[in-house]
This record gives sequence, structure tokens and C-alpha cells, in this order.
Amino acid sequence: MFSFYANPTRFLRLKERVSPWLLLLAVAALGAGIVWGLFFSPPDYQQGETVRIMYLHVPFAWMSMFCYAWLAASAALYLIYAHRLADLLAQAFARVGAILTLMCLLTGSIWGKPTWGTWWVWDARLTSVLLMFFLYIAYCLLRAREESGKRAAILALLGAVNLPVIKFSVDWWNTLHQPASISRLSSPAIHPDLLWPLLLCAGGLLALTLWLSMAWVETLWREARVLRREAQHD
Amino acid sequence: MKPRQQRALWIVLTVFLAGAGTAMTLNAFQDNMLYFHSPADIVGTELEHSTRPFRLGGLVEQGSYSATGVSHRFQVTDGAKILAVHYTGLMPALFREGQGVIAEGHMEKGVFVANKILAKHDETYMPPEVAKALKEQGHWKQNQEEYKP
Repeated sequence: MFSFYANPTRFLRLKERVSPWLLLLAVAALGAGIVWGLFFSPPDYQQGETVRIMYLHVPFAWMSMFCYAWLAASAALYLIYAHRLADLLAQAFARVGAILTLMCLLTGSIWGKPTWGTWWVWDARLTSVLLMFFLYIAYCLLRAREESGKRAAILALLGAVNLPVIKFSVDWWNTLHQPASISRLSSPAIHPDLLWPLLLCAGGLLALTLWLSMAWVETLWREARVLRREAQHD
Repeated sequence: MKPRQQRALWIVLTVFLAGAGTAMTLNAFQDNMLYFHSPADIVGTELEHSTRPFRLGGLVEQGSYSATGVSHRFQVTDGAKILAVHYTGLMPALFREGQGVIAEGHMEKGVFVANKILAKHDETYMPPEVAKALKEQGHWKQNQEEYKP
């Protein structure tokens, strides 16, 4: 199946079929999750109403790391198979991931001020996420500057080392950021009344992330084709 | 070995080496990666008598908090050691006895003089009614104060 869809034309046909459903799912789940989270879920026993930023911040954080994992995997596949689609996927996930990471940092900052009493601290969790944001930007800049995309792919791959650092920073070191609430699905430290809208928002953002990334792949593919044709006519 | 396999092997090796290098670097800088020190790191060590600024972190000891105006006094504990803290200024909304706190400041005659207080919150989220019910059933671990709307 993997090699079957490695053909860009076939991938784009798959995209045409899946895209509308992904968008529908994204709008429905995000809409329901946000309305539930903002108006119908209870406040937190410690943070009060401020806890509602969680319904955006946590999905942004999850999806920003999800995108980096795909960026690194695509970069590895591109380096091994030199396949065009892997390069396009890497670029698409890098763009979407950069925006998600920025949103994660912004919503986290807005949440940090009323709860912790500060917009920003240089603890291990916040710093490693900021590093991931810079890695995304560096990948995009480097990719735009070279024809083959090999050096950019190597950078993305090396940056993957940062992923476990982000995940476990709150366990390895003393940080201001609290440890994960959902490490085992069997007994999360979040009450179901607050957990369900969070999972809805996360599912919706996952669909939106996939929809956006697939759209970017198509845009990049068409752009490259136009450029190739222009080059032939010259 | 096919060139493709060779490239895959290179990638696995590179990522492994980068990971090992990062792990060793982070391990070497272990102490510098800590955002704060706990009372056990301070009481009875050279930090207790040093004048350099650092961060103290732990739980606010039950019943230790008192304030006159904007001058706050409380004790921070990590279960092993206790350290007295003096702070002048505004407290963050989440500052509570029994909850986590991080203080920036320095030691002065055995007392930690803070110039900034950050409230730490844990990974537990629940509605106030649930917290109340848990308390009534006696399933409450800490005697935490709660958010009151």
C-alpha cells in the first residue's frame, strides 16, 4: 500500500477523495469540542475558568509534535528512497507544524500568566518546544534555498532527537510546567467532564492538520510542475 | 549491500549517535537543566550560605503562611527539609498552602528572600464538585484550598 501511494498522482487522487471528509470531521469535532469546552464543561477546582485554555493549548501541543514526527519520518524516507512525494510531505508537515508550534507557545503563554504568574520561563519543557519551533523555521528556510532538499532533510532528521526531550523534560528535570495528565489512557489525571471536550478538540485538530498538510502537498506539487514547464519553454 | 540499504544504515547510525550525544550532553549539564532547587538541595549544603541568586521550588507547608500587607511569610517543603521564605510583593492567584510554588531570590541568614513568586500547578484537573465529594468521602490526599468563584 505504501509504495502504491508513493506515486504523487495517486496520492493526489486519494487526497481528493479523503479531503472533504477530513474537513467535515475537523469542523464538526472542533466546533463541538470548543462549544462544549467553553460553555458546558465545569471549571477546574484549582484554576477556575482559566482551565478552558487547555482545550486549545493541549491539542496544539500534541499536533505540533505529531507533525514533527511525520516531518522526520518523511525526511528519512526522502534520504533513503529519494522519492519526490516524501520531500513534498516533509515540506507540508513542516509548514503546518511551525504554525501549530507557534499557536502552542502563544496559548501556553496566555495560560501561564494567570496560573503561574508569568508569560514565559526558561524551563526545560518551554525551552525544548521553542527549539522545535526554531527547527521548523530552519528546515523551511534551508529547504527553500536548495534544489535537492537533502541538507534540509538531514537537519529535520537530527532535530528529531528533540522530540523525546520535549516529551520527557517534565519527568527528567524540575520544571515549572506540570507533568503529563494523560500518560496512560486507563487512568488519566483529568476528570471525564474535562477530558471529553479535550479529546474532541484533539481529534478535530488532527483532522484539520491532515487536511492542511494534504492541501500543502498538492500546492507544492502543482507549483513544482508549473516551474518545470516554464523551465522547458525557456 | 544495496545503496538504499546503505543510506538507511547511515541514517539509523546518525540519529543514534546524535541521540547518544544529546543524552550525554544533557546528563553532563544535569544540574544546570534544573529550573529550581528543592529545600533538601539547599539546607545543609553550600547553597544555604551562598549569596548568589537561584530558584527554590516545593510545596507550601500547611499552616505556615502569614501576611501583613504585601509582606508574605511561608515555608517551603519537599517532604524532607523545610525552608522559610520571605517575599514582598503581589502573589499569583494560584498560590495556596499545600500547592507547588517556585520562588526566585537568594539566601539571607537562613531565610530565602524571594523577589518573584511563581505558582506551580499539578497535572490533576477536576470540577470543584468532584473535589468536594472526594473530600467528604475522605479520599483527599492533601488538605488543599480550592478555587472559589
